[in-house]
Amino acid sequence: MRLPIACFPLLVPHYNKHTTIVPIGGVCLNLRKMDQVLDLHQEDFDVTVEPGVTPKGLNSYLRDTGLWFPVDPGADASLCGMAATSASGTNAVRYGTMRGNVLNLEVVLADGTVLHTAGKGRRPRKTSAGYNLTNLFVGSEGTLGIITKATLRLFGIPESMVSAVCSFPSVQSAVDSTVQILQAGVPIARIEFLDDVMINACNRFNNLSYAVTPTLFLEFHGSSKSMEEQVSITEEITWDNGGSDFAWSEDEETRGRLWKARHDAWYAALALRPGCKAYSTDVCVPISRLPQIIVETKEDLIRNNITGPIAGHVGDGNFHCLIVLDPNDPDEVQRVHSFTERLARRALAMDGTCTGEHGIGLGKRALLREEVGLLAIEVMQGLKATLDPKNLMNPGKVL
Amino acid sequence: MLPLRFRRVTMSARVLVGVKRVIDYAVKIRVKPDRTGVVTDGVKHSMNPFCEIAVEEAVKLKEKKLVKEVVAVSCGPQQVQETIRTALAMGADRGIHVEVSGKDYETLGPLQVSKIFAALAKKEQADLIILGKQAIDDDCNQTGQMTAALLDWPQGTFASEVTLEADKLKVVREIDGGLETIKIKLPAVVTADLRLNTPRYATLPNIMKAKKKKIVNVKPADLGVDVSSRLEVLKVDEPPQRQSGVKVETVHDLVEKLKEAGRI
Repeated sequence: MRLPIACFPLLVPHYNKHTTIVPIGGVCLNLRKMDQVLDLHQEDFDVTVEPGVTPKGLNSYLRDTGLWFPVDPGADASLCGMAATSASGTNAVRYGTMRGNVLNLEVVLADGTVLHTAGKGRRPRKTSAGYNLTNLFVGSEGTLGIITKATLRLFGIPESMVSAVCSFPSVQSAVDSTVQILQAGVPIARIEFLDDVMINACNRFNNLSYAVTPTLFLEFHGSSKSMEEQVSITEEITWDNGGSDFAWSEDEETRGRLWKARHDAWYAALALRPGCKAYSTDVCVPISRLPQIIVETKEDLIRNNITGPIAGHVGDGNFHCLIVLDPNDPDEVQRVHSFTERLARRALAMDGTCTGEHGIGLGKRALLREEVGLLAIEVMQGLKATLDPKNLMNPGKVL
Repeated sequence: MLPLRFRRVTMSARVLVGVKRVIDYAVKIRVKPDRTGVVTDGVKHSMNPFCEIAVEEAVKLKEKKLVKEVVAVSCGPQQVQETIRTALAMGADRGIHVEVSGKDYETLGPLQVSKIFAALAKKEQADLIILGKQAIDDDCNQTGQMTAALLDWPQGTFASEVTLEADKLKVVREIDGGLETIKIKLPAVVTADLRLNTPRYATLPNIMKAKKKKIVNVKPADLGVDVSSRLEVLKVDEPPQRQSGVKVETVHDLVEKLKEAGRI
């Protein structure tokens, strides 16, 4: 009997963290012991890693070189797993997602053959050679092959980092500021949005006293000299949009305190209703549509009596509702489920995507069809049939 | 020239920081088949983590303008220059490479290193020496203490907090019973414990700038130090393999087994 194969993905921490869901039984492969960092090329800013290496492990390995891999999905996940799920992070606005930072992959295909997507050992920073097989596998969620090596693009650790926080009277003013900051050419590294419900949860969890209104958490990377300029341009923009209480710091300890609210958001949300579980939604829209979708989503949450503080990577137009629910209350579960479907469709209606970071998996297959259309699905199915005719690889996912 | 002991420390204070090149903490150590030591060829090396903390503390003092100059020192063969460069990239001003290689390097231990540091402290007119509390390869935890004894300087070991107050140092030490706070006069030796600070990663621009900072080469003989060792390593073994446990069916069986093993 042919057994399907699923890899052990270490994904962002949400409802099903650290579990591989295999609906029809099969074999789960745990690649954690393949944990070597191979082939570091400092002057070329690239490195190759095996599946057991995580961003923290890699950045610790690199610490003497002044280089780092900045994609940070929040959990210390497998880098090859991050490639498989096209992971993103809070500093995607400056450094991009996995899609832009994977130069080459070694993939074991369904028939056991080993493919090097950009050619064995190759690592040019750019290429126009043939079809882009590397990015075919990035985000394929294990359905097309098993990633056993990834060649990654590295960046220099910036000379200086500055963190800042600012409160706004409305979602609109916070997002307007975001757009203007990007338009002003400030190479901002992180812009994180927390809504009033989330700020309130954070205040209660951490004994803080932020104003209970939409808030932006910002981070700037660059040379020491450019920090002051970046911060002052940004402060002026927030001021023009009605922002207040702009606080910033270069000192590491103060930066940690400024951002503590954002770092603890997940736990702060959980603390709102002890004993409940948390479920994170994930949609992404063009930045200009963000105020509208957040406002409509908040109205939906209130109407349906759902606890859903919002945190978002507004620089990308991506946000998450950290819904806290009682999994033993079937009515609540149903309400949340319907809410998430409406949310995804709301994003699609605004030229967006039903998933910015978390992937399709099982739950969003129908939404994928709605998003890309029947023809695109057929093309994807054709690719799947070519690479995995027996449907061994993570069956039942994505398509 | 006043004896070192009586000099008042001003803003012109100079700090010596010792940095040791060791096998990286994340590497799985393998004992050599001939059991004379561990495998070091081709294995990733980096700065001893406690030395990183020592460098960070020295650089912090400089950033607060409490000391004027931070000098990073390492003893060993050519490769230790990489470790000194990392310290320079973290903010040290210049480096001193004490050349020790071959058999001398294999047998280099705290006694010889502390003699070297004592000699350098006098030569460089240092006011403060900061070392890691111990190296993760030998776990000796002796160099700081020996250096202080050779110089007849006070010592603040296992420091989790260091505050400079005029010409005295307030050191909070981590001890078995909790925390001990002492005040010692400068010049002094401090050894860094884990919670003293979180060392910065060297940024790429700083690594580039550090290439211009000077590293001076010195031989132990120039400092009047004999590096021959009075210790001989007889053998090195891996810790015994963990034996698997035994499951028993009943509490009676458990008690019997414990009695058999002489445990009760």
